[in-house]
Amino acid sequence: MSLTDFIDALTGRMTLEALPFWKMVQNPTPENIVNGAIATSVAAILVLAAVAVLAVLTYFRLWRTVWFDWLTTVDHKKIGIMYIVLSFVMMLRGVVEANFMRANQAVGFDGGFLSADHFGELFTTHGTIMIFFVAMPFLSGVINYVLPLQIGARDMSFPVTNAIGLALTASGAMLVMASLLFLPFSIGGWTGYPPFTGKEYSPDVGPNYWIWAVTLSGLGTTLTGINVACTVYKKRCPGMDFWKMPLFVWASVTTAILMIFALPPLTVATAMLALDRYLDFHFFTTDAGGIPMLYANLFWLFGHPEVYILVLPAFGVWSEVFATFSGKTLYAYRTLVWATLSIAVISFLVWVHHFFTMGQSAGMNAVFGIATMLVGVPTGVKIYDWLLTMYRGRVRITTPMVYALGFVMLFVIGGASGILLANPSIDYQVHNSVFLVAHFHNMVIPGTLFGMLGAYSFWFPKAFGFMLDDWWGKLAASLWIVGFMLAFFPLYAVGLLGLPRRSVAYSEASYTPYTVVAMLGALVVLAALGAMFWQLYISIRNRDALNVYAGDPWDGRTLEWSISSPPPVYNFAVGPEVFARDAFWEEKRAGHAYQIPDQWEDIELPANSWLAPILFFSSFTLTFGLVWHMWWLVILSLLVVVGALVARSFVIDRERVIPADVVREEHLRWLKAVREAPSAPRELEVAPGNWGRPQSEAGVPE
Amino acid sequence: MDSPDVNFLDPEGYVAQQQRVHFWRIVALMGLVVGPILVLTPLIAYRYRFSGNSTYTPDWHFSWIWEAAIWGGPIVIVTILSYFLWQNTTALDPFEPLPIDGEPVRVQVVGYDWKWLFIYPDHGIATLDELVFPEGRPLNLELTSETVMQSFHIPVLGGQVYAMEGMVSKLHLAADRPGVFRGRNTQYNGHGFHRQQFVARALPETAFSAWLDTTSSEARPWSDAVHDRIAERSTLQEMTEADDTGAAFRDVPADLFSGIVGPMDRDPDWRSRDRRDASVDAGPADGSAATATGQAPDPAR
Repeated sequence: MSLTDFIDALTGRMTLEALPFWKMVQNPTPENIVNGAIATSVAAILVLAAVAVLAVLTYFRLWRTVWFDWLTTVDHKKIGIMYIVLSFVMMLRGVVEANFMRANQAVGFDGGFLSADHFGELFTTHGTIMIFFVAMPFLSGVINYVLPLQIGARDMSFPVTNAIGLALTASGAMLVMASLLFLPFSIGGWTGYPPFTGKEYSPDVGPNYWIWAVTLSGLGTTLTGINVACTVYKKRCPGMDFWKMPLFVWASVTTAILMIFALPPLTVATAMLALDRYLDFHFFTTDAGGIPMLYANLFWLFGHPEVYILVLPAFGVWSEVFATFSGKTLYAYRTLVWATLSIAVISFLVWVHHFFTMGQSAGMNAVFGIATMLVGVPTGVKIYDWLLTMYRGRVRITTPMVYALGFVMLFVIGGASGILLANPSIDYQVHNSVFLVAHFHNMVIPGTLFGMLGAYSFWFPKAFGFMLDDWWGKLAASLWIVGFMLAFFPLYAVGLLGLPRRSVAYSEASYTPYTVVAMLGALVVLAALGAMFWQLYISIRNRDALNVYAGDPWDGRTLEWSISSPPPVYNFAVGPEVFARDAFWEEKRAGHAYQIPDQWEDIELPANSWLAPILFFSSFTLTFGLVWHMWWLVILSLLVVVGALVARSFVIDRERVIPADVVREEHLRWLKAVREAPSAPRELEVAPGNWGRPQSEAGVPE
Repeated sequence: MDSPDVNFLDPEGYVAQQQRVHFWRIVALMGLVVGPILVLTPLIAYRYRFSGNSTYTPDWHFSWIWEAAIWGGPIVIVTILSYFLWQNTTALDPFEPLPIDGEPVRVQVVGYDWKWLFIYPDHGIATLDELVFPEGRPLNLELTSETVMQSFHIPVLGGQVYAMEGMVSKLHLAADRPGVFRGRNTQYNGHGFHRQQFVARALPETAFSAWLDTTSSEARPWSDAVHDRIAERSTLQEMTEADDTGAAFRDVPADLFSGIVGPMDRDPDWRSRDRRDASVDAGPADGSAATATGQAPDPAR
C-alpha cells in the first residue's frame, strides 16, 4: 500500500476542496471571493467560538462540572435545559442564514451577491436546522422539563434513553455544524427530494450530510416520543387520571404519539435514499424501476404529522399561559382535549396536499384538500377556547401573554393562507412559490416558535430560580412579532406575483420593494434574538433581585409551581397526590399549600450514565465518516457504539439514593423561605419584589 | 425578451381566470373568519384587563351555547369551503381538456436542466424555451422530464404540474388573446434553476401558421447529437453562447417524446389508465362532453 493509497483511505472523499476558502484561493473570481469570504468568516467564527468555550471551561476548571453535572446526567430537567440551549445555538445560525438569504434576494433582481450553490446550501441548512435542530429540540426540551413536574413524577420512564435521545439530536446538530468547516452541504432543500439528491444528480457528499443529520434527529426524536408516552401512561402521581392532566400534558402525549408513528417513515425514507447513494439501490432513481414519487409520499407521511408535532406542544403551552394569566380556569378543558386528539388523527390524512401538482386525479386531490380544511375546525375551536378563557378573567399582560396574543392574531392569518393552499386549484398557482414559504413560516413562527419562547419566558423562573427581565422580554416579543410581519407578509404578496421559492435571483424589477421590506423584517428578527440574549444577560446580572426561590411567581395552577425554584433534583420531597385538575390552585384556594409532610423517605433516583456522551461522540464520528466515506472511522465508531452498549449492560449500580435527612433538610429550608417571602400582589408580578409567593387570586370569591 | 405578464391575478386565459375568481372567493370567506378574531383578541384582552373592573368569574369554564357556536361556526364555514373546493378542483383538473371551442394544439414538453424542449408532434418541429401557440384554441400539453423532477408553470394561463422522468403528466391551457407570457420551472433543480424560464407566445391564428411554416423550413435538423447537447446541464443561453446548436429544430421524429418517456416497465400514461377505467363506469358522459364542446378526440384517450 503506497502512501497515497494510505492517505486516500484516511481522508475518504475529502480533499482540500472541502475547505471553505479553497475555491476562492484556487480561482479568485469576484463571485468566488465574496462567497469564499463569507463561508470562511463563518467557519472561523465557529472555530473561535469552540476554542473560546473550551478555554473558558478549562480556565474556570469546569470540566468536572460539565462531565458529572451535565454530560452524564439523566435528570430530565437538565436534559430539558440542554435541549433548549442546543436549540438557541442553532437558532442563532438559522436566523443569520435567513438574513443572508433575505439580503441576497433584496438585491436579487438579475442576481444577488451569493453564488447559486451557496444560496442552495443556505436554504437547505436553514430549513433543516430550523425544523430538526431548533423547533424539535426546543419542544423536546420544554416537554422534558415540564411534563414530569406537571404529572408529579420524579423523572421520565427511561432516563438513560432520554439522555441518548438528546445525544443523537445533538450529534446531528454537530454534523450540520461540521459542514461549515468541511463543505459542501446538500443543496436539495430541507425535503431532500430525489432524484435530485440521488447519486446521479448530486454525486458530491452534500446530501450525505443531510441524510445522516436528519436520521440522527429522527432516531433521537423517536426515542423521545416513546419515552414521553410511557411517562404519561405510567408515571402520573396518585389521583391524576387522564381528565385531571394539565392540557400541556395532553398536548405532549399527543405529540409523542405523533412522533412514534410519524418519524419512522422519515427514517425509512432517508435510509432508502442512503442505500440508493451508497449501495446503488434504485428506490428513488429515475432508472431501473425507481420511483421518486414514493419518496415524496414517505417524506410527507412524516412531514405533515411533523407540522402538528411542532405546533401541538405550543398549543399546550398556550392553554397553560391563557389560564394562568387570566387568573381563570381554562374554558372547555374537555373540548380542548378532543380538539387536540382530532388534530392528531387528521394530521395523518392530509399528506397528499404537499404535492397536489404531482398528478393525482382531481377527486383524490379534492378529498385531501377537504381533509386539510377539516384541521381548521378543531384549530378554530381552540382559538375560541383561549379567547373564552380570557373572557371574564383578569388578564395580565406579561411576556408570555405578549407572545400568546401575537400568536392568536398571526396564526389565524396563517390558517387562512393554509385554507387557500388546501384548494388544489389555487395550490396549482402558488405551490413552490414564496407564498408557500410565507404560509409555513406563518404557522411555525407564531405557532411553534412563539409557543416555545412563551414557554421559555413562563418556565424560566421555575428552572433557574429567578425571573427574566420583563421589559426586555416584552421588547423581544414585540420585535419577533413585528419582524415576522415585515419578513413574511411581503412574501405572500410577491409569491402571488409569481416569485418561486429557492430563487437566488429573479428577473422582475417589481419584486424588489417586497424583498427589501422582507430583508428589513429579517433584521428585526435578528434584533429580537439580540434582545433575548441581552434579556438573559441582565437577568442573570440581577438574579438576586429577581429571585423566586419560593417557586410560584405567576400564581400558577399546576403541580410544577408547588415546589421550589429551581426544583430539587428529586422534584418532589414527598410524592404529591392530586384531587383536582388545577391541583396547586385548588390547594391554594383551600389553604392547604406548603404543608409540612408527616414522614420522610429515602429517594431513589437513576444514577448518572456515561453512555449518552459516548454515543454522542461516536455517533458523530460514525456519521461524519459515512458522509466522507472514511471507512476506518466508520468501523472504529461502530465498535465504540456496540462496545458502549454492551458495557452498559454490565453496569450494576444504576440507582443512587438521596437520604431522607437530606430531603427533609432541603424541604424545610424551602418551606421556611416560602413563609418568610412577602406575598406579592399580581401588580408586582413582573417587578423585583415578586419572591415567588403570590397573593393568590385563588382566594378571590366570584 | 419582451416584458411578459407573470401572475395569475392578472390572468390571460380560461384556467387562470377561474383560479383568480376562486382565490378572491376564499379570501372573502376567510375574511369573515379572521376579521372577528383580529378584532376580538385585543378587545377581550383589554376589556378584561387586570387593572379594569370588569366581571370576574374565575371558575366559569363551560357553556353549551358557546360550545355550539365555536364548533358550529367553523363547521359551517368549512362545509361551504368544501363545496367550492370540490366544484373548483374537479372543474379545473389540469389533466382534463378545457371546455372551450377550437381544434386543440398538441405540444409535448420535456424538462431538462435548465431548459424546456417543446415538441410539436403534428408538425415535426421542436423549440427550446419558446412555446408558441395560437390564441383562443386549447393548448394540450403532455409533459415529461429527462432529468430530475420539474414543475411546469405559466402563471397567467393556469396552474403548474410536475414533469417527471419516465412518466407523462398533462396540462390543458388556453390564452384569450395574443400575448407574451412568462413560464418557468418552479421545482428547484440546481444552480441554473432561477434561469430556467421560457417564453410562452400566443399568436393570432395566421401568425401561428406562418410561424409553423418558417420554423419547418428554417430551423436546424434534429439529430441525436442535438439531443445529447440539449440533455447536458446548461441553460439555453450558455448552450447557444458555446456553439450554434440553435433553439428551433425540424425533422423531429414522431416518436421522440415516447422514446424519451422510455420503454416503461409500468404504464407511462398512468393517469389516462385511471381515466379509461373511470370512463367505462361513467358511460357516455365523458364522450358527450367532448363532443358538445367540439373537442377533438384526444389520442391518448
